[in-house]
Amino acid sequence: MSAPFYKFAAFGDEASLVIAFVIGIGFGFFLERSGFGSARKLTSQFYLDDLAVFKVMFTAIVTAMLGVFYLSWLGIMDLALVDLVTTNLWPQIVGGLVLGFGFVIGGYCPGTSLVAAVTGRIDGMVFVLGVLAGIFAFGEAFPLLKGFYESGDFGRLTLPQAFHLPYGLVVFLVVVMAVGGFMGAEWVERRFAPRAEGR
Amino acid sequence: MSTVPDAAAVARPEPGAPARAAAPYMNPYLGGVGLGLVLLAAYVAMGRGLGASGAVTSFVAWAVSLVAPGHASANSFFAEYLDGGLGHPLKTWLVFEVLGVLAGGFISGALANRLSRTVEKGPRISVAGRLGFAFAGGALMGIGAKLARGCTSGQALSGGAVLNAGSWAFMMMVFAGAYALAGLMRRQWR
Repeated sequence: MSAPFYKFAAFGDEASLVIAFVIGIGFGFFLERSGFGSARKLTSQFYLDDLAVFKVMFTAIVTAMLGVFYLSWLGIMDLALVDLVTTNLWPQIVGGLVLGFGFVIGGYCPGTSLVAAVTGRIDGMVFVLGVLAGIFAFGEAFPLLKGFYESGDFGRLTLPQAFHLPYGLVVFLVVVMAVGGFMGAEWVERRFAPRAEGR
Repeated sequence: MSTVPDAAAVARPEPGAPARAAAPYMNPYLGGVGLGLVLLAAYVAMGRGLGASGAVTSFVAWAVSLVAPGHASANSFFAEYLDGGLGHPLKTWLVFEVLGVLAGGFISGALANRLSRTVEKGPRISVAGRLGFAFAGGALMGIGAKLARGCTSGQALSGGAVLNAGSWAFMMMVFAGAYALAGLMRRQWR
């Protein structure tokens, strides 16, 4: 076992900030490359003629998932040391729904709006201001929301644990689901493509 | 005949945009592999995933503490972010990662000739209307991301790859919410 390197103290906090910046460059680069600095491209996902959001996101999830899985299977990486956000089911369900509304109303999510803003999209800049306002409002209302925010607490919970399935089997099922999803996405795009010309 | 121009090609050239046409976007599966390898690098190096809204929250908490220090530290939500940095609320992993996102996005946009001062919208809505929706959507996004303990980056993408149960529930709700309102929002985009 030697990964995650930071958890094995291969480098310190100051160096981790340099790594953060470098990783961020890669993140922003591929978001922009994929067209995610454009609200029109992103929201096409919801009008079915361009499913790049689904394709990019699930290819990325599958790529990283397989990498993490095989590195841990080879004994190189300790999965138990990977940070997991706790599962708090109810606020995550409601939060996801609110975020989905915000996505189709505003045209971005927080990460993609930063890329949009830095490449000159004025709506992206205004969206970022909206995110700041929303987080400020949430913070101010936190004393009222605290009870709900902490409800549905399952602690650190993975899908394999929740469904009592082996980790490798869930990885395999996600890959099968993704490949099926990609084939479905290609079909849906062909089916809805003529509408794109009317834009 | 069979090549339908994508949104970017239709949106350009805009007035004031560079005369050279924007490069086409990367193949989505290739872009996804690139993004996935960046995410994998974060897990291997740091044992954590990517994020965006967390850095914005550090910024908000810091800004509130500048205006009203007592008010910010009395609020347990802001206080957690104020204590989260390495000696300064803005000296956090996610803040530095987001600075990288800005740099990386700019580099990619510049290389592809996609830097242009425009408003992304459909033809049937005014600029003011679009900007109003952008602000409202951003505010909802900020609230939703905080309720859910992360946004599309930190929860859906990063949590999805390590099979976090809450992340998958969250991700399905994001798509459900967006598709549910897509009909009402059609005028803004199409």
